[in-house]
Amino acid sequence: MAAVSANANRVTSTLEEGLRAIVTPTYVRQASLADSVAGIPPQLVVEPGTEQELARVLKFADEAGLAVIPRGGGTKLEWGNPPARADLILSVTRLNRILEHAWADLTVTVEAGCTIGKLQETLAKHGQRLALDALWPEHATVGGVLSTNDSGALRLRFGSLRDLIIGVTLALPDGTLASSGGKVVKNVAGYDLPKLATGALGTLGVMTRTVFRVHPLAKETCTLTCTCDDAPEAQRLVLAIQDSKLAHSALQIRCGGNAQPQVDVLFEATQAGLVAQTGQLKSLAVNKAFADSTSDVWNARQGLYSAAKQDELNCAIAKFSTLPAQIVNTIEALATLCADGVRWSAVVQATGIGCARLKGAAPAMESALLSFRKDLEGSGGSLAVHHPPAGVSRMEAWGEGGDALPLMRAVKLQFDPKNTLNPSRFVGGL
Amino acid sequence: MGIFEELRAIVGARGLITSTEELHTYECDALTNFRALPRAVLLPDSTEQVQAIVRVCYRERIPFVARGAGTGLSGGALPVKNGVVISLTRMNRILEVDLPNARVIAEPGVINLDVTGRVQPQEYFYAPDPSSQSICSIGGNVAENSGGAHCLKYGFTTTHVLGLEVVLPDGSLVHLGGKALDAPGYDLTGVFVGSEGTLGIATKIVLRIVKRPECVQTLLAAFPSTNEAGAAVSDIIAAGMLPAAIEMMDNLAIQAAEAAVHANYPNCGALLLVELDGPIAEVAALMAHVDELCCKNGAWEIRVAESEAERALVWKGRKAAFAAMGRISPNYIVQDGVIPRTALPKVMSEIDRLSKQAGLRVANVFHAGDGNLHPLVLYDRRIPGHEEAAEALSNRLLELCIAAGGSITGEHGVGEDKKKMMSKMFSEPDLETMQRVRCAFDPLQLSNPSKVFPRPRLCGEKPGEYVAHPLETAGIAERF
Repeated sequence: MAAVSANANRVTSTLEEGLRAIVTPTYVRQASLADSVAGIPPQLVVEPGTEQELARVLKFADEAGLAVIPRGGGTKLEWGNPPARADLILSVTRLNRILEHAWADLTVTVEAGCTIGKLQETLAKHGQRLALDALWPEHATVGGVLSTNDSGALRLRFGSLRDLIIGVTLALPDGTLASSGGKVVKNVAGYDLPKLATGALGTLGVMTRTVFRVHPLAKETCTLTCTCDDAPEAQRLVLAIQDSKLAHSALQIRCGGNAQPQVDVLFEATQAGLVAQTGQLKSLAVNKAFADSTSDVWNARQGLYSAAKQDELNCAIAKFSTLPAQIVNTIEALATLCADGVRWSAVVQATGIGCARLKGAAPAMESALLSFRKDLEGSGGSLAVHHPPAGVSRMEAWGEGGDALPLMRAVKLQFDPKNTLNPSRFVGGL
Repeated sequence: MGIFEELRAIVGARGLITSTEELHTYECDALTNFRALPRAVLLPDSTEQVQAIVRVCYRERIPFVARGAGTGLSGGALPVKNGVVISLTRMNRILEVDLPNARVIAEPGVINLDVTGRVQPQEYFYAPDPSSQSICSIGGNVAENSGGAHCLKYGFTTTHVLGLEVVLPDGSLVHLGGKALDAPGYDLTGVFVGSEGTLGIATKIVLRIVKRPECVQTLLAAFPSTNEAGAAVSDIIAAGMLPAAIEMMDNLAIQAAEAAVHANYPNCGALLLVELDGPIAEVAALMAHVDELCCKNGAWEIRVAESEAERALVWKGRKAAFAAMGRISPNYIVQDGVIPRTALPKVMSEIDRLSKQAGLRVANVFHAGDGNLHPLVLYDRRIPGHEEAAEALSNRLLELCIAAGGSITGEHGVGEDKKKMMSKMFSEPDLETMQRVRCAFDPLQLSNPSKVFPRPRLCGEKPGEYVAHPLETAGIAERF
């Protein structure tokens, strides 16, 4: 059987007409090169205005054998493997309403195309927030952030999206619109499909609306930074803070090349709480000086990603996961592997989740990333390449799926039997 | 070799129970109004034994029910007629304590409180604290996604389970998640936790532990009624505070708790228990604010527990509240529902109206911070019609929760008890979509069949000559 071409023109004019019959014709347009997904150009961009329309488009595409790429703000569309096929971009950006902010119940119901920035702005009116520091909040949408399981430094205290999402409505390729979870923080009725959809890269269904638990905005905040002599010292400091009774909200190490690693701590508390805790922190780090810092340090992760985007021909970027007590080994391994003319910078959270940006010749970066992944996987961690080195044969984005991969395939088969959604973009070719 | 002989060869003579007298021990969990005798109970003591048992069940199409300590309140561990029970109580080892990474790896039979017991000397604890934590098992907690009073701040079992070793219903072994975060692939750990034993059997569980806060303070405030207490809770939330726990008890619940454990509660319309934890200076600042908000809303007595012993007594009263009902009523039904917290005044007045209409008393114990209600419907089985009226009232209370935009269960699970209510909370496409997960994990529906969903769905049978599915012949499932 001949291989199916990734960018064959499968959307015939008849199919295009069919889509225009579902969605207002203005919102069905030819794709441009800018709509390409990891180098694969799709044919059409469809922007439904309601979740029912979205479900109908999805069903129509599924029945016609078209591959669908769900898209929010498009800020992280290159994460994952290139799709085996890409016919339609299914944009959720018109589904952008905040349906209910039940501030006194600490919940918000929001459509998937709403940007994180707009959501935060609305929540802030009642002194609340989604306790998540996602990348590019002005453009990233709720659906996109959830599908990619993006998280930043606040994860240490508030958990990741899986801990914040309490309800979801999913459109499935057969046109089903199904809800799971609910609008209350505490709820154990039925399977937890919000967690299944989180981080699934849109391969099981398209999120149309979600419900989050929200948190109060911090009363006062304070960021302190300590410059360490080397990675082992930074690791010791991080573990000591983690083992202390401080109630910090974020804790990260910034490091790279020959620069001295820096440890940042964020406190969110009352004024009295801040004074007491900064004092305790300083006494904890006996021979080191913590200095007042600015909140800019918490943008360091985004800084790495943005820099990689701007210089995409010479950079690669990856997210990695290690155990909190193995951060030092991870940093040292990265430094060793990048010795061959590759410059590196990393931001590692105390949770063990980090991101590393590499800059140099593509083959050397590829080799370093592959070895780094092997190293991490050997100690129970993982590495996902978010922006692969340019010009080398495309790197597998995810690494090992483990012995649960057949089970994941079975789940995929149940939700998307025709492999319509983001085909082959996820772990193990899912 | 017969099946029992084969099973005995796996678990040894002491690991197989088949005598009717002994099987009665396993005929129900803590929800005693559903009972069924299994064909056998198996007590494996290793993952390999669980796998071997499940392989036999799979080959012979025998449904099985995993069981922990049997403290569940929704009939989740109710045996399936003609099936076997796999009791995990012998798998009760803590396999690894990794303090630098704040992880503990436990077998499913480990008692919840024993996890904290192991890490207490280093001032860590395992946060999920269901009221039964001194007897319930981690495996059961995983199945039910157990909560507890402190999940308002610390989250539920699912927040603290990072990885699982699972024996799937065909006997194969998989590892979901792990000690490190964000393992590549679908979050099947998140789906498995709270699946009530319907997706397989967890044999190892990676738990996250938490450092003890510098201080814990518990405030007790007496209000004229639940309305004023509820208003105080709203004000605390609006002030941007996230206490470790906010609990409420109404007068009937207070009376029962007093009779049972002499917690020295004030005799009032509603009692609010607010616990704050964290750095000393922070807790002191916030507690002063909580005190002020309680006063503003009409609290006529406010106490802060002065010592650890006093604090323990305050909690003892609250945690004993369910069992304490026996002091004021011969029989009672424990209900578990959730409402958006702001619906509390409306729902409370409706509970009061329905209670009067039914001529039955209802005591109320809530996790007030997150709207998780535990109405206790009191009745006397000896009075004809009382039990039926109590059951009807109890179901009506769940309908109230659904109508208010809440849930039929916040922590006890659906199990056998509430599966019929699932269709009231979820639409058919919602339930059908959940069942797709079931079909991926357990296409033959052997693992705790007939629970959670109002109707089991048979998975992926190919068209062709009709052959009765074992679940159909057993009367458990219907084809649709």
